[in-house]
Amino acid sequence: MTTTNGSSRKFRLPTPGNMGYSFSWVGRIGAAIIVFWAVVALIGNWITPYPVGEIVDWDYFSGVSAAHWMGTDYLGRDIFSRVLMGARYTVGIALASVTLACSIGVILGMIAAVIGGWFDTLLSRLLDAFNGIPSLLFGLVVVAAVGSSIPVLILTLAAIYMPGSYRFARALAVNINTMDFVTVARARGEGTPYMIAREIFPNILGPVLADLGLRFVFIVLVLSGLSFLGLGVQPPYADWGALVRENIEGLSLGAPAVIFPCIAIASLTISVNMFIDNLPTKIRDRAD
Amino acid sequence: MTDTPLVSVRDLRIGAVTDSGRNVEIIRGVDFDIAPGEMLALIGESGSGKTTIALSLMGHTRRGCGIKGGTIRVGDHDITGMSERKRARLRGSDVSYVPQSAAAAFNPSKRIMDQVVEATRIHDLMPLEKARDHARDLFRALALPDPDTIGERYPHQVSGGQLQRLSAAMALIGDPQLVIFDEPTTALDVTTQIEVLRAFKRVMEDGGMAGVYVSHDLAVVAQIADRIVVLKNGEIQEQGTTEQILHAPEHAYTKELIAAFDPVPHEPVGQVEPEKETPILEVRNLCAGYGPMKDGEPLIKVMRDVNFELYRGRNLGVIGESGSGKSTLARAVAGILPAYRGEVLLDGKTLSPSLSQRSKQELQRAQIVFQLADTALNPAHSVGAIIARPLKFYKGLRGAACEKRVIELLNMVHLPPALRHRLPSELSGGQKQRVNLARALAAEPELILCDEITSALDTVVAAAILDLLKELQQELGLSYMFISHDLSTVEAICDDVLVMYKGEVVEALPAARMSDEATHAYSRLLVSSVPQLDTGWLEGLEQDPELLAAFSGR
Repeated sequence: MTTTNGSSRKFRLPTPGNMGYSFSWVGRIGAAIIVFWAVVALIGNWITPYPVGEIVDWDYFSGVSAAHWMGTDYLGRDIFSRVLMGARYTVGIALASVTLACSIGVILGMIAAVIGGWFDTLLSRLLDAFNGIPSLLFGLVVVAAVGSSIPVLILTLAAIYMPGSYRFARALAVNINTMDFVTVARARGEGTPYMIAREIFPNILGPVLADLGLRFVFIVLVLSGLSFLGLGVQPPYADWGALVRENIEGLSLGAPAVIFPCIAIASLTISVNMFIDNLPTKIRDRAD
Repeated sequence: MTDTPLVSVRDLRIGAVTDSGRNVEIIRGVDFDIAPGEMLALIGESGSGKTTIALSLMGHTRRGCGIKGGTIRVGDHDITGMSERKRARLRGSDVSYVPQSAAAAFNPSKRIMDQVVEATRIHDLMPLEKARDHARDLFRALALPDPDTIGERYPHQVSGGQLQRLSAAMALIGDPQLVIFDEPTTALDVTTQIEVLRAFKRVMEDGGMAGVYVSHDLAVVAQIADRIVVLKNGEIQEQGTTEQILHAPEHAYTKELIAAFDPVPHEPVGQVEPEKETPILEVRNLCAGYGPMKDGEPLIKVMRDVNFELYRGRNLGVIGESGSGKSTLARAVAGILPAYRGEVLLDGKTLSPSLSQRSKQELQRAQIVFQLADTALNPAHSVGAIIARPLKFYKGLRGAACEKRVIELLNMVHLPPALRHRLPSELSGGQKQRVNLARALAAEPELILCDEITSALDTVVAAAILDLLKELQQELGLSYMFISHDLSTVEAICDDVLVMYKGEVVEALPAARMSDEATHAYSRLLVSSVPQLDTGWLEGLEQDPELLAAFSGR
C-alpha cells in the first residue's frame, strides 16, 4: 500500500470548478481565445516564419498562399508574421493600460465615494477637467514630448481612460455607500480601507468588469490611431490597428492583408467581452 | 343578483423557473369564487402566493412565471384561454389593479388627472370631458380634498394616503367588475390607513363592485372583506366568511395568525431604582437635522429638544408616524447623523455627537439594527463572515475561536449553524433580521437601537422576532431602544413609550398605561387608530374629525 497513513484529506486543485465557480461555454470559448492570443504574444518572436520587417515577396497585396498564409502587405512583407508579432503590442499594451486605468480609477472612485465632501468634489472636478482634453490630442502631445516607447504608450493610454473609469466606479460606489450595511459598518467604526475593500468593492465588481471589457476595446482603437499618426508602435513593428491602417488601400483589392488583422482585433475584443459577460454569476451578479 | 359567481378560479397552478433552471410550483391547485359585489381577502405571509393569485386574475404573471394549469373565469371571459391581446383589452375596463406603492405607480412628470383618465383613452370608453367629470366624482367619493382641482397637481404634490386613493380612482375610472387591491395600505401610517380604508370601503359598496384585497394584516382585512382566503405556500389553508375566520378558525395556521396579532404584554426584567443607578442611555435636549449648516443649525430641523432616560434592562419605545423624527432620533443617538445641539450620555459619559470621534469601546456598547434586513446585510459576504466581522474588529478573535463564537451567536438567534456558509440572498426575511441581530450581539453591546426592525416582516415572523428579543434580554441583560410606528409592537416589548410628532416628544408614558392614560391629542388619535380584530371596528370608530384634520396636516 502506498497511501499515506491517517491523512484522509484529499488534495484538490483549486480550479474554478472546485471552488464553486462554473463557467458557461461561451465564457470558456472567450477565455480560450484570450489565452491563445496571450500565448502568441509571449512566443510570437520565435514562431514567425519570416522576419517581421523584411520584404519577402515582390508582389504587394498578394493573396493567401502556402508560402504566405495571410498574404503580404503593401510592401510585400509577410502578414502572418506581422500579426503574430503585433499580438505582443496589442495584447500587451492594451491589457497593461486597461488594468492600470481601471485599478487607479476604481480605487480613487471608491475612496471619493466613501470619504465624500471636499475630497470628492476636488478630485471629481480635477478629473473632469482632465477628461475635457481630447484623448488623441493628449496622446499626441505626450508622445511627441517624451518620445514613443512602450512604457510611455501604456501610461498615456492609462491616463486617457482613467477618469472615465473613476466616474463610473464613483457613481456605483455612491449608490452602494447609501446602503444600510455600509452604515452599519460605519457605525461599527470601520476605517476607509476596510469599507472600500470589503463592503463596497465586491458589490461593484460586476459592472466594473463589464466596463473594463469596453475600455479594453477603446484602448485597442486609440492605440491603432496613435500608430497611424506614427506615434504608436514604431516601424518596422506594428500593432494590429496599425496593420489595418497601413494596408487600408488594399481593401479595394480584397487583400487578406487588411482582413486578417481585422479578424485578429475582432476575435480579441469580442472574446474579452464574451469572457467578462459570461463570468460565473457568483462574481458577476452578486449585488442582485 | 344571480347565483353564478362573478369570478371562479378552479385548480389554478402557477409555476416558475428558477435561476438554476429548476421548475417550482408557486400556486398549487387553488379554487375559489367571488360573488358579484363581494370583497374577498387573500391573506398570508410573504411568499404565500397571494399577489401571484391576484395578478393571475388579470391574466398576468410576473416574469419567469406562467399559468401551468386550471381555469380562471371573470364574468363571461375565460382568462386562461385568451390571447394576450384580448387580456390587455380586459385590463382597466373589466378588471383593474391598485398597487401597493402608489408613489411608484404614478409617473412623476405627468399631472394626476391625465394619468387617472388614461384607461378610458386606451380603451376608448368615453370622451375625455366625460372621463374627467367621472374622475372628479370619484375623487369626491374617495373623500379627497379639493376634488375639483386635485387632478391638476403632480404626484409629488399630494400626500401618500391621498396618492393611494388617487390610484384607486385610476383603477375605478373604467367601471370595472373586479378591482384588485394589492396591499394598498401596508406602506401607510395607521392614522392615514383608516382614511384610506374608509374611502375604499365606501366607494366599493356604492359601486357594487367585487374586489380582491391582498394583505398580510388580518386586522385590516377584517374591516373591509366579506370573505377571507388564508394562504400558505401556494395552497389554501382555510376559507370562510370574515366572522368565521376571526372567531372560529379551524386551521392551525389561521390560529397562529390570530395568536400573533395579540402579543403577550411585556413584563419588565428586574426592578430598578432609578435614583440609585446611572441610566445606560440619557439624552438631553437633543436636536438634529439635515441640510447645509447656518449659524450652527442645519437648514431642515427634523428633531428638537428630545429628552429621555433609559435604565439598564429596560426598554424604551419611540412611536410616531413617518416623518415624525423617530428614525432621526436613533441615528443621532448612534452618531450616524451628528446632533447639532444637546447631549447623549452612555452610562453617564457624554458621547461626542459625531461617529468618527467616538472611541471603539463607546461604539461597541451601543449597536443599531435597521428596518430593512436585506439592505443591512452585504450581499457579497457569507452570513458567517458578516457575524464574524464585529468579533474580529472589537475582540480580535480569529480562526477556530471566532468560528465557535459565530456558531454560538447563530444558536442564540435560533438559526442552524450550517447557515453561516450561505449568502444573505439565500435567506428569508425573518432569517435575515435574525442575522442582523446576531451581528449586533456579536459586539456584546449593552444597548441595541432597533429601528423599525419588525415593520417589514409578516405578523407571525415579527411576533417570533419580538419573542427572541425578550429572550435575549433575559439572558444578556440588554436594553433596547425600540422605534416603531406600530403601537401594538411597542406595547409588546417596551416599558416606556415616547410619542413623537413633528420632531418633538409630545408624550412620555409607561407602555402599560398608554392606551388608557394618554392625554395628548395625537397620542389618543394614535391609540384609537390601531386596527382591532373585529369586523365592526372601522364602522364603530368615532374619531374627532377636527382632531384628524389637525394632525393629518393636509
